[in-house]
Amino acid sequence: MLELAIKGSKKYYGWVTALLLIIGIGFLVYLKQLNVGLGITGMSRDVTWGFYIANFTFLVGVAAGGVMVVLPYYLHDYKAFGRITILGEFLAIAAVIMCVTFILVDLGQPMRVFNVFIYFSPRSVLFWDTIVLNGYLFLNLLVGWNVLEAERNGVHYRAWLKPFIYLSIPWAVSIHTVTAYLYCGLPGRGFWMTAILAPRFLASAFAAGPAFLILLCMIVRKTTDFDPGKEQIQSLAKIVAYAICINVFFFLCEVFVAFYSNIPEHMVHLKYLYAGLNGHTLLVPWMWASLIFMGIGIVLLVNPVTRKNESVLIVACIVIFIGTYIDKGLGMISGGFVPNPLHHINEYWPTLPEAMIALAVWALGLLVLTVLFKIAIGVKEEVQA
Amino acid sequence: MERTRRNILKLFGISALGVSVKPVFNAFASEAGHLTGYRMEKGKNALKARQWAMVIDTRQFHSPDDLKPLIDACHQAHNVPDFENKNHEIKWIWEEEYHHAFPNKTTQFLNEAVEHRPFMVLCNHCENPPCCRACPTKATFKRKSDGIVMMDFHRCIGCRFCMAACPFGSRSFNFRDPRPGIPRLNRKFPTRTRGVVEKCNFCAERLAVGKMPYCVEASNGALAFGDLYDPDSTVRQLLKENYTIRRKQGLGTEPSVYYIV
Repeated sequence: MLELAIKGSKKYYGWVTALLLIIGIGFLVYLKQLNVGLGITGMSRDVTWGFYIANFTFLVGVAAGGVMVVLPYYLHDYKAFGRITILGEFLAIAAVIMCVTFILVDLGQPMRVFNVFIYFSPRSVLFWDTIVLNGYLFLNLLVGWNVLEAERNGVHYRAWLKPFIYLSIPWAVSIHTVTAYLYCGLPGRGFWMTAILAPRFLASAFAAGPAFLILLCMIVRKTTDFDPGKEQIQSLAKIVAYAICINVFFFLCEVFVAFYSNIPEHMVHLKYLYAGLNGHTLLVPWMWASLIFMGIGIVLLVNPVTRKNESVLIVACIVIFIGTYIDKGLGMISGGFVPNPLHHINEYWPTLPEAMIALAVWALGLLVLTVLFKIAIGVKEEVQA
Repeated sequence: MERTRRNILKLFGISALGVSVKPVFNAFASEAGHLTGYRMEKGKNALKARQWAMVIDTRQFHSPDDLKPLIDACHQAHNVPDFENKNHEIKWIWEEEYHHAFPNKTTQFLNEAVEHRPFMVLCNHCENPPCCRACPTKATFKRKSDGIVMMDFHRCIGCRFCMAACPFGSRSFNFRDPRPGIPRLNRKFPTRTRGVVEKCNFCAERLAVGKMPYCVEASNGALAFGDLYDPDSTVRQLLKENYTIRRKQGLGTEPSVYYIV
């Protein structure tokens, strides 16, 4: 099926070239990072994880979000989603590849990464994260590819695939759970130390992932002969609506627990993020923007009139994607490090080289996504014809 | 490669060579082994303990000048670089105010002497170290023989999970090559490379040759060092006679550094 990826229009090749260019530039900046060290980023002794790990965390969510089309189709036999499950699975593949790349560029000694397997340490959550992420990548490749090939040949997919499909559903939950466990099991980091962190991650994942998928479906409909379908998009929109409501609800639960209990260690990070601390207000406008975006998203998606209007739906999905991205990509990680365990305030903001490397990783993911979608839609168009 | 007689013969030739090299190599290796009689052993003078612990008598420190010799002795001997940029700072021992050293034991109306006293902070060599739990490669580990939390600079992949896990901010990361920042190189202790984490090692290299840690030696008796599980050790005597506190006791990491306030 790979041949479908190299037969494309000028526009397709233009897009691929643009992505390759961004990847190339980012790669050069990465070579500089390899040579100089992570000192070219905005990270510090106090904020030791920054933009890379934040993007990683967000994208694990996007990857897990793919399960929101797989589960209704395979477990509830919701036939409409059969049309787009492959898009969800391929989105998950691209997202996991970005996650793994973000981890790699974040390492101080990337050439030693195989130490994780040589000296395998089951007590480390990071070890388990490596296992579940790679496992999820494998499952989605296996299932997505075989189901698509069967569709192309006009046959039902093989029976042996079924267990893997069922396994991929809890596995999707596991990747984001384990990712949350990276943070919430650390003593002395009050912001993350909450049992609701994994559920909250999942809620924002099931909002951001399907919202992104809706936007992708719209692009596919516009640029190809394949229409993912009105009903499919509406069903996804309902999933996003529920998930974003639950996400904001979980956040409010956090706020209640921190402020009603009045325990300083739990309040201080929320104060820093939403009100600023001792004059340090770098993230405050962003965090409020995130809340406002998610609020607008809720209003637009819960109301059936606005949800059913597809142009409004696009706006809703964009604000939800941006809102959850700021929440996890800027606030969630560096917010947990400020103030530091000794209550010093040292703020974090990514540097230009750091942003360029991150952009290149996104471009890499989009490239993988473009090629995979090109193949999937090529098959769909063939079958239609 | 084309499958001609010539090529196959070549292949056999190379394989035969390979097979014959191995025993020769083994012979050399074993002979070298016999000659040096290489084996691992504790030094004759090595100091031993079940869990090394430190008691800091903070009453003996009045100004930053009292702490400076301790910090300098440690940082010079361990090749700790000195960088202008605070973000890239490496520190094994440093000074904090009471409010920062003990953020959850602080009060608005604190004893004045304590409030302005310099508190020496370092790795606590916890009995339940969260950093060792977090490490995905066991590059940081709790040494079974004496409870020191050690770092293997050659195994560390630089993921900085241990830094997120440490509730005391005791770890530093080499954001860039530390060597240009070392004021005076000590050739007896390894320098680090960029991209790895480091921290206080309770002077494991000195204990191995029967010496006390640098900071203890430079403290004029303000610091005591000994085995926490030896009832006759100096640290146990001090703990018996004085009321001591530890940093963030509530987290259950069981720090091995005690403070007399």
